[in-house]
Amino acid sequence: MQDVLDRITKNPKFHEFIAMRSRYSIIMAIVSAAIYYGFILLVAFDKELLAKKIGAGVTSLGVPMGVGVIVLTIVLTWIYVRRANTEFDATNEAIIKEAQK
Amino acid sequence: MSIKHILSAVAALAVAGGAFAAGADLGDTQKQATNWTAIVMFGLFVAFTLYITKVAAAKTKSAADFYTGGGGITGFQNGLAIAGDYMSAASFLGISGLVFANGFDGLIFSIGWLVGWPVITFLMAERLRNLGKFTFADVASYRFSQTPVRVFAASASLVIVAFYMIAQMVGAGQLIKVLFGLEYMYAEILVGIIMLMYVLFGGMTATTWVQIIKAVMLLGGATFMAVAVLLQFGFSPEALFAKAVEVHSKKDAIMGPGALIKDPISAISVGMALMFGTAGLPHILMRFFTVPNAKEARKSVAWATTWIGYFYILTFIIGFGAITNLIQNPGEFYIGGEIAKGLKGGGNMAAVHLSKAVGGDLFLGFISAVAFATILAVVAGLTLSGASAVSHDLYASVFNKGCSSEQELRVSKIATIALGVLAIVLGIAFEKENVAYMVMLAFTVACSSNFPVLFMSVLWKNCTTRGAVVGGFVGLVLAAVLTIGSASVWEAVLHNPKGSAWFPYNSAAIFSMSAAFFTIWLVSILDNSAQAKKERELYPAQQLRSETGLGASSAAAH
Repeated sequence: MQDVLDRITKNPKFHEFIAMRSRYSIIMAIVSAAIYYGFILLVAFDKELLAKKIGAGVTSLGVPMGVGVIVLTIVLTWIYVRRANTEFDATNEAIIKEAQK
Repeated sequence: MSIKHILSAVAALAVAGGAFAAGADLGDTQKQATNWTAIVMFGLFVAFTLYITKVAAAKTKSAADFYTGGGGITGFQNGLAIAGDYMSAASFLGISGLVFANGFDGLIFSIGWLVGWPVITFLMAERLRNLGKFTFADVASYRFSQTPVRVFAASASLVIVAFYMIAQMVGAGQLIKVLFGLEYMYAEILVGIIMLMYVLFGGMTATTWVQIIKAVMLLGGATFMAVAVLLQFGFSPEALFAKAVEVHSKKDAIMGPGALIKDPISAISVGMALMFGTAGLPHILMRFFTVPNAKEARKSVAWATTWIGYFYILTFIIGFGAITNLIQNPGEFYIGGEIAKGLKGGGNMAAVHLSKAVGGDLFLGFISAVAFATILAVVAGLTLSGASAVSHDLYASVFNKGCSSEQELRVSKIATIALGVLAIVLGIAFEKENVAYMVMLAFTVACSSNFPVLFMSVLWKNCTTRGAVVGGFVGLVLAAVLTIGSASVWEAVLHNPKGSAWFPYNSAAIFSMSAAFFTIWLVSILDNSAQAKKERELYPAQQLRSETGLGASSAAAH
């Protein structure tokens, strides 16, 4: 087991892989935070925009935007999880397999 | 863009704080007429969940079964269970009540509750699963000296569990008066005893299934209500909003953001507690060890985020449905039939009254039973995480290293009973107290102690035992002390004169969390001991396991 671990540690592909994956998670975290804070900034700066009617009726722009923030949060989570569970896990497997040879 | 603008922008974050205040506190309630339908429905829920506990009990033989249900929970099931832990009765009734009172602002509040989940998904879930076994302290102490880190983790977890628990127990007492028309005392004893049976006999398996069943019932009930409301308006949200604007006293103001902003510092602070506190709650973190691997752990958070987000969209519709249904029928839903006197049972009862309006007495009984069952399930999860902190982190890792699984299981059961009794006693002791600040305090402590220690130990190679423990305790103590000094405790709870609070903000998180991170960093870089050197050398091995999952504990112990 120990030599498998050593081989992984010495494999430059492993370091590339975890650096790439960390970068991806951090970007996703920043994007999701930006969506949330962007919405909150609108609440502070431009209440009129959020209260603006989108059509002839009473529905304001804030409603689809607020619901949009919730939906986007869910969608981003699934995008990350899908990629991590397929592509990332496959790369991870390949690196481990290579070290076990 | 002036400084003032930026400050007011940041201040908008305060809206999230309102969610906590509203969510945590159901307020003092008036006892209503005994609702037998609700009591019978709740009885059925209890009977069914106790049957599941009996089945689970047969499988709960080892400490691993007790803590993680043997690791056989799928990502989808675990996602529902996490959502169940997070969707408390207070968030269901509190947020729909807020929408009922203020319209759009309620939606902003609920969004605040969701923002912690991406942080957990992207940064924590997989690493937690790969490094941990039973508790998050397994992760935080992975390369550190066990005793100090475990003592810290157990202290922080128990503090968080205690405050969260008191809020739930007091909430249960208040709810039972309105929903079932029974005495406060009954709630304490009922919740205490039934919860003990789940945890004591069924361990994590039973606790998880109780959570799943409750989550399905809550999501099902809320979906039914939202659909019933939309049906009244031919599935046109526009028609629903138009009617709401017509009947609501605030008229068109309910369609845009209101002015619920306090000072900017409190605002950022509450935002931080929300975003990072979730990733430090022991009863949420322990759920990552019930799934077999990192893949399922990721799926769990994705499902949890999905259900929680969906639930908040439903509460928005439910709040508007309550506006259109209740205001036009003051005789039935308002005290003395007068809108000016407020809703029967208080402003948080909007969803409960709506359930009667759209589904009659039977559905009212169902929703009441679900609301109460929700508290029961959350208390069970809290108790289990508190008991694991005692038996796994303190007993098996500090006081009696190398004890057998049977001994550890025995201690965890004793701890469960002790916590159950404590919950009942605290629930009774705090009946007349103002507990509005307690959930917020639990989140503040979580984001200032557990979260920084977890984050730094996993992601920063130079972190040392000394840094983690000192920094964690600094955050813990500061979070508690500053909260005591804020108006919501100093004046509202300790009855000091108005204006005498010496901590001027609503939330301590911005100070206590920053102090924790800074202290961990400072103490760690100044730590040149041999132990620190050893710990830094262990980082690559920890990173290898946290990133690849090689050597990760297989949760299934058999």
